[in-house]
Amino acid sequence: MIELEGLSKRFGAKVAVDRLSFQVRPGVVTGFLGPNGAGKSTTMRMMLDLDNPTSGSVRIDGRHYRELAEPLKYIGALLDAKAMHGGRSAYNNLLCLAQANRIPASRVSEVLDIVGLTAVARKKSKGFSLGMGQRLGIASALLGDPEILMFDEPVNGLDPEGIHWIRNLMKQLAAEGRTIFVSSHLMSEMALTADHLIVIGQGRLLADTTMAAFIQENSRSYARVRSPQPERLRDLLHTAGFTPVEVAGGALEVDGASTERLGELAAEHGVVLHELSAQRASLEEAFMQMTAGSVEYHAHGTSDPGRSAPPGPRWGEGPPADTGPRWGAGGGSGTEGI
Amino acid sequence: MASLPAVLQSEWTKIRTVSSTIWTLAAAFLVTVAVSAALCALFRSTFDDLSPAQRLTFDPTLASFSGMTLGQLAMVVFGVLVVGTEYSSGMIRTSLAAVPQRGTFLFGKLAVATVLALAVGMATSFAAFFLGQALLGEHRTTIGAENVLRAVVGGGLYMGLIALFSMAVATMLRSSMLSLGILMPFFFLVSQILAAVPKAKTVARYFPDQAGARIMQVVPDALGGTKVPYGPWEGLGIMLIWVLVALAGGYAVLKRRDA
Amino acid sequence: MTRSRWGWRMIEAVGLTKRYGAKTAVYNLSFQVRPGTVTGFLGPNGAGKSTTMRMILGLDTPTEGKVTIGGLPFRQTPNAPRQVGALLDAKAVHGGRSARNHLLSLAQLSGIPARRVDEVLGVVGLQDVARKRSKGFSLGMGQRLGIAAALLGDPQVLLFDEPVNGLDPEGILWVRNLMKRLASEGRTVFVSSHLMSEMALTADHLIVIGRGQLLADMSVTDFISTNSADFARVRTPDGEPQSREKLSAALSGAGAQVLTEPDGALRVTGLPLPRISDLAHGSDVRLWELSPHRASLEEAYMRMTQGAVDYRSTVDQKAGLTQQPQPGFGAPRQQIPEVPQQGFYAPPPPGSYAGAPAAAQAAPTAAAPADPTKPEDPR
Repeated sequence: MIELEGLSKRFGAKVAVDRLSFQVRPGVVTGFLGPNGAGKSTTMRMMLDLDNPTSGSVRIDGRHYRELAEPLKYIGALLDAKAMHGGRSAYNNLLCLAQANRIPASRVSEVLDIVGLTAVARKKSKGFSLGMGQRLGIASALLGDPEILMFDEPVNGLDPEGIHWIRNLMKQLAAEGRTIFVSSHLMSEMALTADHLIVIGQGRLLADTTMAAFIQENSRSYARVRSPQPERLRDLLHTAGFTPVEVAGGALEVDGASTERLGELAAEHGVVLHELSAQRASLEEAFMQMTAGSVEYHAHGTSDPGRSAPPGPRWGEGPPADTGPRWGAGGGSGTEGI
Repeated sequence: MASLPAVLQSEWTKIRTVSSTIWTLAAAFLVTVAVSAALCALFRSTFDDLSPAQRLTFDPTLASFSGMTLGQLAMVVFGVLVVGTEYSSGMIRTSLAAVPQRGTFLFGKLAVATVLALAVGMATSFAAFFLGQALLGEHRTTIGAENVLRAVVGGGLYMGLIALFSMAVATMLRSSMLSLGILMPFFFLVSQILAAVPKAKTVARYFPDQAGARIMQVVPDALGGTKVPYGPWEGLGIMLIWVLVALAGGYAVLKRRDA
Repeated sequence: MTRSRWGWRMIEAVGLTKRYGAKTAVYNLSFQVRPGTVTGFLGPNGAGKSTTMRMILGLDTPTEGKVTIGGLPFRQTPNAPRQVGALLDAKAVHGGRSARNHLLSLAQLSGIPARRVDEVLGVVGLQDVARKRSKGFSLGMGQRLGIAAALLGDPQVLLFDEPVNGLDPEGILWVRNLMKRLASEGRTVFVSSHLMSEMALTADHLIVIGRGQLLADMSVTDFISTNSADFARVRTPDGEPQSREKLSAALSGAGAQVLTEPDGALRVTGLPLPRISDLAHGSDVRLWELSPHRASLEEAYMRMTQGAVDYRSTVDQKAGLTQQPQPGFGAPRQQIPEVPQQGFYAPPPPGSYAGAPAAAQAAPTAAAPADPTKPEDPR
């Protein structure tokens, strides 16, 4: 378990992390989301005692990181795939970490095998591709067989098999009762991996909730029904107080109705259904909705998730400006300009 | 707390598994010994051209260390890279995650690297001395002569301290490029040039390398050099103070700054 | 010009082959990338994607065959930067130069007015850091700069290699919409990515290669239905296990394949939804859910590349896993594995990078730096 209490970090006048308090619990994969510059990396670095908090604290199983004698046995982290010495072989990079925490050298070969780098274990890591560097970083996180694992953008540079593998690895580790904390910008990937979400924006906690609740709270969910007797179905729904909307293909979309309720309703009245499915928005839509809705983001006047081209995120303080739409118009004018 | 033997073992693995260790230390040894030998051979063949005063104050021991001015630069590179590559590679974050007690981490790293630098420094010093004396012919001295053993051992200590000083500076600056950019010109140019400028000389002799190099002199004011207001061990002491100050600065930076 | 505008924008590879010494990186590849759609380019690491893209851009010379853009090899294309834009490696920028000067130097090379530089900087959202040196850029900012460079000449043909690398959620959504818009403007958009879930949202058409050879060239929809089975999720009322058993039996009797999902729902393969509805009605079972499901692109992709001859050296990988002392690492079987035929499998073989004989043939070099164009931090 990781506990953050009132964690803040200021760089000069800029507040990177602002009174962040949350817990990362064992047994589930907890996703850590936020736009660029929201303070995710700073928070993760503070969790590992790499950056000193301006105020507040982080506890790992109730203790400060610095109080852990052999921290790799408690918590393993992949922060930066390239945080290894390029002139050293993959094996030796891991060996010196293992020795510092009195982990047997046999474990080094073991984790290299787990991540599939055995064949290049003796090669200098500077020749590694981003994906291989990522695997090496994952190996270093697994080194001490820790109960807590942190991954910052783990799928970066991995190929589809690698992505599938790391996703299942994280789920598996969580299923074993370990604490898994993973940050990612890939909403579609996160939707498949995480059970719980912690969302921050501008250093502040925006949400700390389950994946399902997050999506439900931040987007529209509805049921879709399809029937060979559409008239009867529509009448039935109207009678039951719903307002179905007909969509392309003859299906009806019903807001505020559970499929259970609709199924019972149809059975009761003998209406045949050829489809009865719950429609959920994607995590991405929910995320965009939330970050657009949060006060900080309104200040910059941005991000309507419904718009086809939301502006780019802010670099530092700069407002994003409505660049997206400008391109729409600019495509033509650009041609003229040439 | 992290166990110190474990950290030492880890740092030893780090240092022996990068090729820069081999080539910097080998360069320190070879450059010092080779340049010293060449200069000793030159002294021998041109000894008669020296002025009488220079002939009288000729210091055969110091002559056999004359390549150290160049060889120490390799030691500087060694020292800087030991610390600097942690930062340039990003390894520092991984390292500190494994050993969050930063004092222990720094001590382990510097201890291992300094012991290694001292060992190579001693080997260099003795090799340069014996080869140099062999080439000096009739102008040579012996290891048993007064103060000579002190000078030779001092040469080894000097090399080790130069390396440690460089490590400390790199810890403060957290960058190999920056540290080399400051230390190399300083030891090779600034310090040497200032030592030859009349007024600046009095300041320059308190620079770490100038003060520390005093231990390698057997004949005071050798080759017409000016008199310095401190003896050989005091000179090494001055150098040690520089090293300790740099270490304190490095430790403070490592302790306070975000990794 | 007799060529139609259509022809101008088409990328066409014919018998494209690239050998590095004894290794064949790309073998006899023939495909067309058409304008007006986003074409995804998929394949495992070392499959030859980057080599192919480099050949399209004339950076590598094919050993055999040819690849043309609008009928001409890239190097013979007149004023190529105005016809073709590419994002190959975000970090292929002189770090000491400001973003604006970098683009300006590119613009001057091909006679593009400076005004356009500020325009594209605005498009990618870098106007505020336009005068900062790109050395300090994050991966995401570098990526945006690369996209700006690709858009500079307002080209009709665009190539993107892993465009969302390093971008944050807004950036990812923005790139996706940008690519779709470029395609809808009639441009040819060819994009490689490892992110299947992202590709499923972006691409209309797919070209899949494995070991340097073409595995598939079809629409995303066809690709998914060819390589995996659609299924229906059926849920009976909670607390009535007997209705579920009854329905399950009826469905199996009708020839369906029925599996149980963790939440108790049935996953039914091989029967259309109306038929399931009828069977439920026939066995007097009420339904709480009857939803059509399409397999994910990832699932389809995994099946296809699995089938690709001896690409994966799975055997020794599993052996490696079983040595693992941690109980959980040993091939746990989910009730319904996401990709049924493999469950939890080992990481992609080291062979896909190097070493293993199977992939050594496919990888440009046997040694670790498998591909010079891979997004690779110099550190």
